[in-house]
Amino acid sequence: MQPLFEFLLRQGDNALVLGHRTSEWCGTAPALEEDIALTNTALDLIGQTQLWLGYAAEVEGADRSANDLAYLRDVHDFRNLLMLEVPNEDFGRTLMRQFLFDAFQVPWLTALQTSADPRVAEIAAKSLKEATYHLDRSAETVIALGDGTADSNARMQATLDYLWPYVGEIFVDDDTDQTMADALIAPLPSSMRPVWAATIEETAKAACLSLPESDFAHHGGRSGVRHTEHLGHMLATMQVLQRSYPGAVW
Amino acid sequence: MYAQMVKSTGKGLVAREDMSPEDCAFQDRIDAGEKIEPRDYMPDGYRRNLIRQIGQHAHSEIVGQLPEGNWITRAPTLERKANLLAKVQDEAGHGLYLYCAAETLGVSRDEMTEMLLDGRMKYSSIFNYPTLTWADMGAVGWLVDGAAIMNQVPLQRTSYGPYARAMVRICKEESFHQRQGFHIMMAMVNGTADQKRMAQDALNRFWYPALMMFGPSDKDSVHSAQSMAWRIKVNTNDELRQKFVDETVPQAEYLGLTIPDAHLHWNDETEHYDFTEPDWDEFFDVISGNGPCNVDRLNARKTAWDDGAWVREAMMAHAEKKAARKQAAE
Repeated sequence: MQPLFEFLLRQGDNALVLGHRTSEWCGTAPALEEDIALTNTALDLIGQTQLWLGYAAEVEGADRSANDLAYLRDVHDFRNLLMLEVPNEDFGRTLMRQFLFDAFQVPWLTALQTSADPRVAEIAAKSLKEATYHLDRSAETVIALGDGTADSNARMQATLDYLWPYVGEIFVDDDTDQTMADALIAPLPSSMRPVWAATIEETAKAACLSLPESDFAHHGGRSGVRHTEHLGHMLATMQVLQRSYPGAVW
Repeated sequence: MYAQMVKSTGKGLVAREDMSPEDCAFQDRIDAGEKIEPRDYMPDGYRRNLIRQIGQHAHSEIVGQLPEGNWITRAPTLERKANLLAKVQDEAGHGLYLYCAAETLGVSRDEMTEMLLDGRMKYSSIFNYPTLTWADMGAVGWLVDGAAIMNQVPLQRTSYGPYARAMVRICKEESFHQRQGFHIMMAMVNGTADQKRMAQDALNRFWYPALMMFGPSDKDSVHSAQSMAWRIKVNTNDELRQKFVDETVPQAEYLGLTIPDAHLHWNDETEHYDFTEPDWDEFFDVISGNGPCNVDRLNARKTAWDDGAWVREAMMAHAEKKAARKQAAE
């Protein structure tokens, strides 16, 4: 697989999988304002998916579209972070995950704005505006729920503990990352860790939450080597029409 | 129409000679086409009637998110998924404007939500029908939003200012939704045999429920007469239903779909379509709780409300702590 294609799939699949998970909330959030905000986030992420996977399809040159990539690949071809595919569980996990991801996306997309690949720079610039307000909202919500009541604090601590083993995967560099860094297309993900950690520490403190000490990290999502069992179920739902009616135009 | 069977005073139209001087002056303002604002005098019946109607309308937007939300995770392309998300988000926004309009009458959003969940307030019968295939997303947009527009366009001129202004914003978005629904139907009828079958099946299932959205004939309704005198309601149910049929039949013909009514025909004398009335027994079953999805819809809302309680409590607690910390720092 071409490294640039692989790199673009990682960006697009992160947006697609998180966008899909977020879209599962539509109509059932704890308050109308949250429903609207979650749907808005999902919409932004699906929009970003179209840009990243659209460019990925062009780079691949195999006559596939962004929709083909989204709807006709199976689990082993997805390149998203494992953290993004685990179920929403509850509003707390959904927002904590969003925060852990946004805290990476903002510095990451900021750096990608100066990518040597102008298309990457362009998509990053557009996505950064959205990621910035996603981070404002997710951090604010994590703080509110962490600080709120004893019950909400316990729930948020449990959700942080659950998600923590998944965050390390964000920062593991591999050959694709090295190729992108050598070509000045993207920095190494590991270089984002200090700024990410600073955001996480500051927010956790304001949210009265403690960061787990373990640095154990699950991995296999970005490389496609081993996803969780959850992704297959998500794809079964998401891809049902494209799989059931091959070739139909919707 | 998202407000069906809204009860007014239940006593029929009050004659002018039976009105108090305040109520007479109020009726004069309505008759002169003036808007009534939250701080203005209004008869209790007017206030109660409006709360019921706006509340029912708001609840319909919120419960109405569910049948379409049912397809967001299965939308067939990224574009369709984004469009459907945007549409359902608009509905949540409409709910919000309408709850705000109702709040100006002295009832809180939480109180109205509790009344929805314990069955004291209703929502439109249409949302108690299931969405079974992707074509239903087309049929809902085309027919359900189409029927809603028929009712809501005149409500932009309704007598209560906050309601009328909410309707102006809502109508703009509803027209867009209807076009989006029609666009889905176009893709389906121009698609494979399976897709055409889904499109016809969706029309078959949604046609009569869409006609029911306007409510039963209001020739004899005491509620309608009072609501119309107060300009809470602007047209009769029958007028709106006829208008909907007249506009929708040519659209179905354009799509190459058959309206499931063997008696449907153009009447040269009336210059309207004659059509078969929906099964009103079914309508009364649905509004009394026995529609195909009533129990599931309300359970979905109850679950969302109960599951979200800890979040709402935490947000309130955080806001209070924040305010206290700010005060302590000053």
